[in-house]
Amino acid sequence: MPKGKKLFLLTTSLFAVLMLLLAGCGGNNTASSSSNQTINYAPGDEPQTLDPAKATGLPDATIINAAFEGLTRYDKSGNPSPGIATSWDISPDKLTYTFHLRSDAKWSNGDPVTAQNFVDGWLRALDPATASEYAYQLYYIKGAEAYNEKKGDASGVAVKAVDDHTLQVQLTAPAPQFLGLTSFQTLMPIDGQVVKAHADWAASATNYVGDGPFKMVSWVPHQEIKMVKNPYYWDAANVKLDNLNFITVEDDNTQYTMFKNGQLNFEYNVPLAQVAQLKAGNNPDFKIMPEAATYFYRFNVTKKPLNDPRVRQALALAINREQIVTDVTKAQQTPAFAFVPPGFNDANGSDFRQNGGDYFKEDVAQAQKLLAEAGYPGGKGFPALSILYNSGANHQEVAEAIQAMWQKNLNINVTLHNEEWQAYLNDMSKLNYDVARAGWMPDYMYPMTFMDMFVTGGGNNETGWSNPDYDALIQKAKTSDAGTPAAFADMHQAEKILMTQMPITPIYFYTQPVLIKPELKDVIIPPFGVQAEFRWAYVGK
Amino acid sequence: MERDEAAIAMEADAQRKVIDQTLFQPLTVPEFAGEDTGRPAVGYWSDVWRRLRKHKLAMTGLALIAVITVMAVVGPYLSGHGYAQQNLSLTNVRPNASYWFGTDNLGRDLFTRVWDGGRISLLIGLLTSVICLAIGVFYGGISGFAGGRVDNVMMRLLEVLYSIPFMLYVLLFMVTLGPGLKTILIALGITYWMDMARVVRGQVLSLKEQEYVLAARGLGAGTWRILTRHLIPNTMGPIIVTATLLVPQAIFTEAFLSFLGLGVSAPMASWGVLASNGIDSLSVYPWQLFFPALFISLTMLAFNFLGDGLRDALDPRLRK
Amino acid sequence: MVKYLLTRLLSMVAALWVIITLTFFMMHIIPGGPFATERKLPPEILANVEAHYHLNEPVWKQYADYLGSLVHGDLGPSYKYFGRTVNGIIRDGFPVSATLGALALSFALLVGLATGIVSALRHNGWQDYLAMVLSTFGFSVPNFIVAGLLMYVFAYWLGWLPAAMWGTPQQAVMPALALAALPTAIIARLMRSNMLEVLQQDYMRTARSKGLSERAVVWRHALRNAVTPIVTYLGPLVASVFTGSFVVETIFGIPGLGRYYVSSISDRDYTVILGVTIFYAAFLMFMNFLVDLAYVILDPRVKLVDRKEL
Repeated sequence: MPKGKKLFLLTTSLFAVLMLLLAGCGGNNTASSSSNQTINYAPGDEPQTLDPAKATGLPDATIINAAFEGLTRYDKSGNPSPGIATSWDISPDKLTYTFHLRSDAKWSNGDPVTAQNFVDGWLRALDPATASEYAYQLYYIKGAEAYNEKKGDASGVAVKAVDDHTLQVQLTAPAPQFLGLTSFQTLMPIDGQVVKAHADWAASATNYVGDGPFKMVSWVPHQEIKMVKNPYYWDAANVKLDNLNFITVEDDNTQYTMFKNGQLNFEYNVPLAQVAQLKAGNNPDFKIMPEAATYFYRFNVTKKPLNDPRVRQALALAINREQIVTDVTKAQQTPAFAFVPPGFNDANGSDFRQNGGDYFKEDVAQAQKLLAEAGYPGGKGFPALSILYNSGANHQEVAEAIQAMWQKNLNINVTLHNEEWQAYLNDMSKLNYDVARAGWMPDYMYPMTFMDMFVTGGGNNETGWSNPDYDALIQKAKTSDAGTPAAFADMHQAEKILMTQMPITPIYFYTQPVLIKPELKDVIIPPFGVQAEFRWAYVGK
Repeated sequence: MERDEAAIAMEADAQRKVIDQTLFQPLTVPEFAGEDTGRPAVGYWSDVWRRLRKHKLAMTGLALIAVITVMAVVGPYLSGHGYAQQNLSLTNVRPNASYWFGTDNLGRDLFTRVWDGGRISLLIGLLTSVICLAIGVFYGGISGFAGGRVDNVMMRLLEVLYSIPFMLYVLLFMVTLGPGLKTILIALGITYWMDMARVVRGQVLSLKEQEYVLAARGLGAGTWRILTRHLIPNTMGPIIVTATLLVPQAIFTEAFLSFLGLGVSAPMASWGVLASNGIDSLSVYPWQLFFPALFISLTMLAFNFLGDGLRDALDPRLRK
Repeated sequence: MVKYLLTRLLSMVAALWVIITLTFFMMHIIPGGPFATERKLPPEILANVEAHYHLNEPVWKQYADYLGSLVHGDLGPSYKYFGRTVNGIIRDGFPVSATLGALALSFALLVGLATGIVSALRHNGWQDYLAMVLSTFGFSVPNFIVAGLLMYVFAYWLGWLPAAMWGTPQQAVMPALALAALPTAIIARLMRSNMLEVLQQDYMRTARSKGLSERAVVWRHALRNAVTPIVTYLGPLVASVFTGSFVVETIFGIPGLGRYYVSSISDRDYTVILGVTIFYAAFLMFMNFLVDLAYVILDPRVKLVDRKEL
């Protein structure tokens, strides 16, 4: 048979065989569950790990939060409510916490949940051999930092199981954020026997045992993690969802199409191009949720002319933030005139940001005056500045808008410098930039998570800024004033210094546009910590 | 065949020693005259042009390229808007009288941006093609012609280079040379010359054995002459086709890099950048994708028609 | 012949070693690392984590250790996805990419070859022009646009096909088409170009004057010779299609190997970068070897070894 014909037949049959093969190995389709109490949710990324001791990302935290339960769990009013712990006592000096655990809590394999499980979990997170990046979240506990840094022993860590249902912890200093942290993934308990028997228990669904409302049944990386109601959960009677599926497709335009198609009924990341028209169209699926995070620009204060605070203030005052959130980012963000976003409780229970207020006001005339005072009247002689940003989201558009604003309002020359994520992180930490875009999310719900970034030499400072008054205030808030209302006053004062000296300028407070079908009820989308809480969720009509 | 040749050579050698050399006088004929063709030199290139003119599609392609190039040069000045000029109250506007292609999400005129992008895309495509042509033909030509061990080594080396993840050296360059146009050109050039070298080598391997090489060899032509006079003009066809196809490849890869955020820096934008931005808003503002994609397609069409015409025009066997 | 195979094998191993070394050291020159995060870790924790993955050891030692485990077939753990190994990632991802690639490839070959042949046989006819224009659209649109358009039309607008993910034939249609668009066009044009050249050849005239039917002339003589340069293109084509297109797999949510190729670099997941590169390189070399063998079969004038060595 002539070669050409052979080739033809070969490829035709190959094609046919492949199609048959595919038809045969169907399966693993999108969540095809018979029950209508099903949520198909796209967290936006494949989790890096589902090991509670090692997880750091938001998708990871969200999924772990469904499969596990810690001492507490954040409820819809944003407060830590009883989880495995029914109640807790805090000693008058605020250093000793005693948690009383419920007696009917069970793991998804039937084992009972005991206080020892918590000790095991916390010690494992602190164990240097585990190499957990979030071990420092436990440093509030006496002896924890020493153990993690190999300067102490596990027995020196002040957490112990008094009996099967009582857990006692001792802190190094009062820390109001500690109670909230007990709902955090790093502080989850583990089923000691399972973890000891299988080193890779967290890598697949086979041995993945959790004490939370849902139980993992399958995990196909970059496709889907399927969960069903955990029958052994202590409150299983009140968990209304039958199926909870995390669809880990990564492209957000694709997720959007899947949402429109009905393959998803909840999507965390809405493509930016769709946001404006979804909002304008009053689409019932579209919701904009507040987020306790800040979008800001860093100034490299070691470089002239950014070493002059007047120059930095001028740059900050010459930005029209309202225009950026209305015309560029378009997701109802709040223009920011301070660093700590709304959502944090202040000493008297009201909002920290509300009490602190705004620390500056946009004023082009004032900006020009400051620039002239600094020696650059009308922008003359001012060197070209470059704005560093990482590719993605709309950082480019924001940078372009600010570039145009500075050019128009201050008559200075600005260039844009776009880098890939790792290169961007590297340059920023090496102070290899003039102005750099940045964002910050809280680790816990206490303003210190924002305020202690800019201490002298702090790892997250990355501006070269150093102010002894600021350092002193932060130190005081963490030690002598810890646990008292004075700590909040210290933080307010520190923020004032930060916003006067302006090593950074805040631009806006983030929001999170999401798409969620209205029939999904009681899904909590908190401003931090996890993307969504499904414990109380159900599908209504 | 080998051994017979050797035997004949030996015999001839032996015979030569018997006949008296002084009876023979060498002809004073220019060294390579024997392999000149008898026809008057029409001029290879004028013949090519003549044949090209007859190819309708190719001439359409050429005309399109000319028009697009002219627009790329002149277009940005026609609309009265700057390519970086933002108007935040007029974002995502449909094409109308003052914004002929509409505006983008920062209120910038798309007509100006498309033509400015055209400059960049065309530059990238053409320069890359030229670079790859030069390197690839040289490498592939020598490799194929030399054959044997040299070919083996050169091809193994090629494979090694080919299998290094493309993005790695793009990133490496971005870091050492700084991002931007120059780095993209270098990265693209270094990636695509290998395809060219492979094609050339393949052609040379087949052609090497063909008759006219033997003939030229028999007439005493040296290696260099064989390369330039015979091999290269006869391999031209696939090379020109490959070079023409390289232009869109380069433009695409640049679009892919832009898709990953590694393209030219804002506010400059190539067609690739504009297209990948446009894809995101396809369901809401389709004109933002339509125009850059349209011009990418037209440019590719143009280059391909031209390439086809050139292929026909350059085929020496089609000489009339 | 055996000698040829042995030397070929040896050179492949040598080439692989060069690739491993080159990639390994290049990776470490680029800034950043797998544990460079936006939220800076306390230095002791960072040091501990890096020690856990041996990243604090001198580069030479890391390299030697890597080669050592490579000999045992162990490509190491992933630095980004804790709990997964590179071997596991390849084992899970490659069959998916391969299936997708095979689909795209067969489509490209079938449609491309057929189009090229028809085009050449009806040179300058309307079929020729139509085919050329269609094939030009095939590669004048970057594949992420093709993918986006396909998804918009068939999933978003018409709702005929599922938007993403992998497993059923319906889910394979759009990604395979998006992946096949460019190769189909290139094969069609190359085939046409080659066929046209071949059809002008003298031996075609000879075959016709021998009294052979036009069909026999085309199938038996023209095709075989026209296909040869396509075989050159096949090597790199198969390799790049099979290991997946990052764009197509990301857009359609397909859990294949292609997406790892690029994401591992931005994640600085060193072991995955190396593992996928080595795998890809070995595959490519094998493909090229097959291509060279195919060349010999198809074109009797080509010798693999230079005559002097016979």
